[in-house]
Amino acid sequence: MAGGGEAIEAVGLVREYRKGPRAVDGIDLAVAEGEIYGFLGPNGAGKSTTVHMLTTLLPLTAGSARVGGFDVAREGPQVRMRIGAALQEAALDGLLTGREHLRLQSALQAVPRSERRARAVELLERVGLSEAADRKVRGYSGGMKRRLDLALALVHRPRILFLDEPTTGLDVQSRTALWEEVARLARDDGVTVFLTTQYLEEADVLADRVAIIDHGTIVAEGTPAALKAEIGRPTVEVTPAEGTGPERVAGILARFGEPVLGTRGVAVRLGLGGATLAEIVRVFDAEGVEVENLQLHHPSLDDVFLAKTGHSLEGAGGGNSAVAPP
Amino acid sequence: MSDGLADQVYQLARRSVVRTARQPANVVGPLVFPLMLLAVNSGGLRAETHLPGFPTRSFFAFALAVPFIQGALFSTMNAGTDLARDIQTGFLNRLSLTPMRPVAVLAGQLGGVVVLGLIQAVVYLGVGFAVGVRFASGPAGVLVLLAFSFLVTLGFGALGAFTALRTGSGEAVQGMFPLFFVFLFISSMNIPRNLIGVTWFRDAATVNPVSYLIECVRSLVIAGWNGEALALGFSVAAVVAVVSLTLSARALRGRMAR
Repeated sequence: MAGGGEAIEAVGLVREYRKGPRAVDGIDLAVAEGEIYGFLGPNGAGKSTTVHMLTTLLPLTAGSARVGGFDVAREGPQVRMRIGAALQEAALDGLLTGREHLRLQSALQAVPRSERRARAVELLERVGLSEAADRKVRGYSGGMKRRLDLALALVHRPRILFLDEPTTGLDVQSRTALWEEVARLARDDGVTVFLTTQYLEEADVLADRVAIIDHGTIVAEGTPAALKAEIGRPTVEVTPAEGTGPERVAGILARFGEPVLGTRGVAVRLGLGGATLAEIVRVFDAEGVEVENLQLHHPSLDDVFLAKTGHSLEGAGGGNSAVAPP
Repeated sequence: MSDGLADQVYQLARRSVVRTARQPANVVGPLVFPLMLLAVNSGGLRAETHLPGFPTRSFFAFALAVPFIQGALFSTMNAGTDLARDIQTGFLNRLSLTPMRPVAVLAGQLGGVVVLGLIQAVVYLGVGFAVGVRFASGPAGVLVLLAFSFLVTLGFGALGAFTALRTGSGEAVQGMFPLFFVFLFISSMNIPRNLIGVTWFRDAATVNPVSYLIECVRSLVIAGWNGEALALGFSVAAVVAVVSLTLSARALRGRMAR
């Protein structure tokens, strides 16, 4: 990588639209080679605008960014040779087949003619589209389009891959297949992945590090585990059985931690070195208090998001149920 | 042109041709509609050939020039709507994310349109020959006509591309179609300019550049080698091509600013 250092670096990145607010407002980030970097935020937070700037599709209003060691503002062609990108909408031509897309993309990415056919076969196989390769794309499902989009982004073996909400709108099976391929790319091929998502689970499962973006600024950054640990300890929530007073349940739970707002029942945040779920169950059993439901909530990235921004992440999928901010 | 650029242009032109071929309505319309208009006009206006000074006894031969220009107008729509769709669907962004030079997008898109325009021209020629039209300018005139069709299709195709790049809207491109038809109908498409009796119409046809495009083709079919008609026709086509290519190249740079 020219210049060495990080695969992606941005300092004070700003994008301001005419007569509009700042879509991106002074972002600093650094993504190491081979890392999967999750960029998590709700719709309109500035995720796609950031990707567009880093991939040279949009000029920067202020700040600077280097991708693959090259300046995105001044060395666009060098940047584009080193990156692959699957943008938010899988921009495919419905009248062309999957194989024709790959042939076109290979030519535009200057893949040597002698390699194109084999590369297309390899990628179609890898994304599970071999059988559909000669069908027109307008007949593909959403998941197939996304997989073809990913294959197109990989034709020239980029070292850095930008994926802008790659699983939005996909069914669980397609989403899982795409996650596996992205994880494999980073693990086996050492590809750096910059992944934007509004799915908490996606960031949690895939990303080595996560940045949470809201209103154009990064509000938190770190590994998913570190971010969750920052928020605090797990909570236990108990829904009393019919005929059991909530006060009695609250009284027992108070022995294990400080009370917090529950979503359906009575909840406490467990104390440091706190009890296990089994111990709590044993106490309820020993005192003859019947409960309808007892749940242990570990902090999720949504809790992190809630704590950092004051609001929950829209459209969040997965993760545990919400816990009141500390 | 470097090998890489030529390959990119070829692949994009190929895509343009494949796209059109897979939409039968886009192939049949530009082929059939001008021929239908030709058939109707040559049937209904045949009596014009008895006017003193009318340059030929065959109205079909006289009117055969029109489909070539009308077909070129259709190419405006094809080039423009395809490019507008690419903008709207984000396909242009996909192209922008490659190291490809922007000129390849324009050249590829127009390359496909020109190929289709030439196929149309060959079909019109075939129909003309089939009904007995003989080129006064001979086989060389046929080649000049094909070269002229190339230039006109390129120019109008670039105009469509410019509209698409400026507006990003297929509807805006389609909106140009009626305007082009106004230009076509107030030209010398149905009668030589010197025989137009209504003064305002004759003046309008005289200042209308489409008249010179039609008269250039017509001269090759019915008059032989008419230097003035050829010079005027090629000049108008060249000006349209240069201006629209310049405008579309500039608009493309703006659209792909990166």
